[in-house]
Amino acid sequence: MTTMTDPPRASFQLSSLIYDTRYRSYTFQFIALVLLMLLIGYLGMNLIQNLASQGQDISYRFLGEPSNYDINQRPIEYDSRSTHLRASIVGVLNTLIVAFLGCITATLFGVTAGILRLSPNWLVRKLMAIYVEAFRNVPVLIWILIIFTIMTAVMPAPNQFRGEDASASMLFDSFAFTNRGVYTPAPIWGPGSLVVVLVFLASIFGVFYYRHYATKLLYDTGRLLPMGWPSLVILFVPTILIYFIMGRPISLDYPELRGFNFGGGLHIRGSLIALWFALAIYTGAFIAENVRAGIQAVSRGQTEAAASLGLRPRRIMNLVILPQALRVIIPPLISQYLNLTKNSSLAIAVGYMDVTGTLGGITLNQTGRAIESVLLLMLFYLTISLSISAVMNVYNNSIKLKER
Amino acid sequence: MSREQLSFVRSHMLPEAPPPTAETGAIKWLRENLFSSPANTLLTLVSAYVIFKIVMGAAPWFINGIWDSPSLTACREILGGKVGGCFAVLTERWNQLLFGFKYPPELYWRPTLAFVLLFVAVAPVLFIKYLPRKLLVFTGLYPFIAFWLIWGGPIATPVFALLGVLVGIFVYFRLLRTSAGVAVIAGFLAALVFWILSGYLKAPFDGFLAMEAVASRDMGGFMINLMLGVVCVSLSLPIGILLALGRQSSMPIIKWICVVFIEFIRGVPLITLLFVANVVLAYFLPPGTNFDLILRVIIMITMFSSAYIAEVIRGGLAALPRGQYEAADSLGLDYAQSMQLIILPQALKISIPGIVNVAVGLFKDTTLVSVISMFDIVGMIRGPILASPEWNGVYWEVFGFACVLFFITCYGISQYSQWLERQLQTDHR
Amino acid sequence: MKRTVFLGTLTVAGLAAGASAAATLDDVKARGKLNCGVTTGLVGFAAPDANGVWEGFDVAVCRAVAAAVLGDASAVEFVPTTGKTRFTALASGEIDMLARNTTWTFSRDTDLKFDFVGVNYYDGQGFLVPKSLGVSSAKELDGATVCIQTGTTTELNLADFFRANNISYEPVPIETNAEGQQQYLAGACDTYTTDASGLASTRAAFENPGDHVILPEIISKEPLGPLVRHGDNDWGDIVRWTLNALISAEELGVTSANVAELGSAPGGNPEINRLLGTEGDLGAMVGLDNDWAKRAIAAVGNYGEVFEKNIGEKTPIGLARGLNAQWTDGGILYSPPFR
Repeated sequence: MTTMTDPPRASFQLSSLIYDTRYRSYTFQFIALVLLMLLIGYLGMNLIQNLASQGQDISYRFLGEPSNYDINQRPIEYDSRSTHLRASIVGVLNTLIVAFLGCITATLFGVTAGILRLSPNWLVRKLMAIYVEAFRNVPVLIWILIIFTIMTAVMPAPNQFRGEDASASMLFDSFAFTNRGVYTPAPIWGPGSLVVVLVFLASIFGVFYYRHYATKLLYDTGRLLPMGWPSLVILFVPTILIYFIMGRPISLDYPELRGFNFGGGLHIRGSLIALWFALAIYTGAFIAENVRAGIQAVSRGQTEAAASLGLRPRRIMNLVILPQALRVIIPPLISQYLNLTKNSSLAIAVGYMDVTGTLGGITLNQTGRAIESVLLLMLFYLTISLSISAVMNVYNNSIKLKER
Repeated sequence: MSREQLSFVRSHMLPEAPPPTAETGAIKWLRENLFSSPANTLLTLVSAYVIFKIVMGAAPWFINGIWDSPSLTACREILGGKVGGCFAVLTERWNQLLFGFKYPPELYWRPTLAFVLLFVAVAPVLFIKYLPRKLLVFTGLYPFIAFWLIWGGPIATPVFALLGVLVGIFVYFRLLRTSAGVAVIAGFLAALVFWILSGYLKAPFDGFLAMEAVASRDMGGFMINLMLGVVCVSLSLPIGILLALGRQSSMPIIKWICVVFIEFIRGVPLITLLFVANVVLAYFLPPGTNFDLILRVIIMITMFSSAYIAEVIRGGLAALPRGQYEAADSLGLDYAQSMQLIILPQALKISIPGIVNVAVGLFKDTTLVSVISMFDIVGMIRGPILASPEWNGVYWEVFGFACVLFFITCYGISQYSQWLERQLQTDHR
Repeated sequence: MKRTVFLGTLTVAGLAAGASAAATLDDVKARGKLNCGVTTGLVGFAAPDANGVWEGFDVAVCRAVAAAVLGDASAVEFVPTTGKTRFTALASGEIDMLARNTTWTFSRDTDLKFDFVGVNYYDGQGFLVPKSLGVSSAKELDGATVCIQTGTTTELNLADFFRANNISYEPVPIETNAEGQQQYLAGACDTYTTDASGLASTRAAFENPGDHVILPEIISKEPLGPLVRHGDNDWGDIVRWTLNALISAEELGVTSANVAELGSAPGGNPEINRLLGTEGDLGAMVGLDNDWAKRAIAAVGNYGEVFEKNIGEKTPIGLARGLNAQWTDGGILYSPPFR
């Protein structure tokens, strides 16, 4: 600025703030900043005035007070004497539970449907196209309500399982599908079960190690070890052996009718199922499109080149297509996960007690602390979103093609 | 026997034989598409079974459907134990599903007309190659006409709003030579000043051509979904473009304002923003001001979708080769010119599929307003219809109807965008 | 283009909005309409009929106030609110009064800064169960699944009740009464709990109301009443005394049928005269004219008429007067004197 042109200071006039491109950007930024400050100040003033006129204040003290309400699905210890803070944490955990389950199931649905959409079978292709289009084009809220309605209106009530001429019966005597949810056997961890779990974890590592070793052997010596069945053997055999050696420490608690409800076992509530499946099926339809696009993005030449090298179709898929397709699939996949997590806030429509239901629902209602609760709620979702985006950025950078 | 007759080379062509039956027509198609391998055959059979089950389950339900009955119990009596749908709920509550339960019935023609005109207004934009450009004038006028038709009231309100826009545009073009940024700001201010002044000028015209006014809270049904969808998408496009440009800007303060805004909005679910519209926003307005819930919701949904559209457009801007920017600079175009003439047309073209996706997603998300006690179509179904003694227990018919409405709209939009993409393809393949 | 319409509307809306913080009465008069918050739909208390006209017990209070203030019982804008939105709607001035079977509690009156102007229905929380369940007392509900509307005091009462009796339950939170009804009928919950009046109203809408019973335990006190913002006492007085006028009218035998006759000239009972404005100047004391109470009663009838018409024993809801009878008939309805 000082060397090339005339010294700007000498020619500076007030009008150059508008007409001189060198200064104009400062003018704009200054105006923007002032406007922003004015806006914030204006909103802040209004807030203070409104709060003063209603005699309220902003305070998070309510988080420490007893919540006085009960929550049905409690991943951690909680009762009506616990604090609002604890109720919020229960809600957060419930959100994470449904998001986690939903993401896994959505991926399953999506990958299956995406691959089947490219199947040579015309009927399957069309069926999958119908699935994708039907679910993508109808609001997820309607799907949640429909699945919830199926859960409550179509499934039998628990007392239909009762008596001699029961109109409903349990599947294998261990699964009960009722309109209050699904009851499944739950594991009881007896003494010594820790060993079994540890052995199982160790076998997982074992499988990874074996595969690593086999790959290394393949690259070093060209010897191809079988991958499939040894992995399965390593994964299951030691665990099953230990299980019997330890005297079967893990047993199952079967659900049975007790009083008004099924007792025992694991109770997966109807609201959770409705939310979980609706989110999974809906997001699955989007993931299917991503998967299809990802596979189609790998040019045909790659398949042909791989075939001309003599690779078998399965190896072409595993070694050539998938690694390239994944690069395209994973970023949108993660943003679908993010969408699913945000959509899980629709839990409120079916009474699933996620964080929107506890903190943004009952706590907000009972304490009347709207600003505080909504702010906390937004912070929570923001934290999740930003951390997932951060992970995604790291991943994107790590797989970026090193070009030019 | 002559030598000719012993030639090894065939002297005439054999007549073309038909291909084996297994390689022709339907059979070939079946073989290749359905039964090419055992696994495929299995898949085919499974899918056929699934389709068969669905059709067999649904067919009697549709065929026996009752279209005329005052209530569910009456409908079940007519059915007399047979499987069948009670579609009578749709005929009986048709107007409620479309317009909500409070829109004055004698005025239904107004939103209907607005809806029909919507197609007229959008057509020049959608089929810009095939229709004369002059029709775009109607597109520009449409928002004001639609506002007047749906909300009613004196015609002066939309007319003054329109005049304000014209004043703004006039100022913008007068100042464009100086600087685009100044022009935008000045145009905006001019329009604002005009509107504030018109608030005082309007009174004498209040009785002139006034239609019966309808309050926003009297609106409901699918109409609300459509209104929110159309209004918010159209509003968020220009805002989204500005935000995207702001995010790409070299001015750090403006850039950071845009980044924070976009990331914040994208990071929270729409439902929390609706909570803000519903329970928090009132605290941030001057004491005593209080405008419609619908307007608050429009503000929030517009903010929401403009953040998403901004990201899509940013993707389009980033996808343009650097050379385009440099070429624009080398022609001596200033920022506004290069954006308007070179960059944005290309970037927007690339972004069309993304923008349509956002628009479809947004339109579907308008159903969330039912959670904050607005009676859109889902709210109507969950509230007044399912709660009424006559229709308590009808689920499939009403939810199915809502699904069909949304499917038609969203599928139509996405098909259009695919068509448009093909139209706009200028590269040769 | 469309952005500007929105801004235009915004400006218009901004200009049109008056100051509601100071004098609600002036606002209502200027607007020509009373904005009254009601439920999103509870048959008998507040629900739109097939033509979209709101009807019900709470609706009648709104209409009475509109008749008293504006002289037109139909000049009411009914704003449907949920358990979540009702208080914000009132606090923000979106509605002028809330008549949404809201329980008068200490914290709502003080911490949330509202004024309850009276009680139009003395209620208590009960349990609705199918007869086939074979339960005769709420204390037998150990382990039951309970459907409950969120955002209401019922939720808190329920937790307290089961805790005090040391029995367990599984709450199923639901958003609206319609959904509670649907879930209960489908058997997704063993019992549905809310205010006894609400239960009666819900039960009335069932196909076979006789198959369901309301358990005898009433586990809470739920005085339901209209409320207004704290701080505007003049407005609060109007709503309070309109409600009292309806109650007194029943006590004094003034009905919608005879109010015109009784109000045309001073009669023998001075309190009726004061109530109907033929004597004294009570109307001016609340900033209205002297016919205010007459209009309110003429529009909706006295308390007893409103009760009988909307939720009484002859209606499908079939509620007995019980606690809500006049104090002279063994109830606890007791209007302060018009003097």
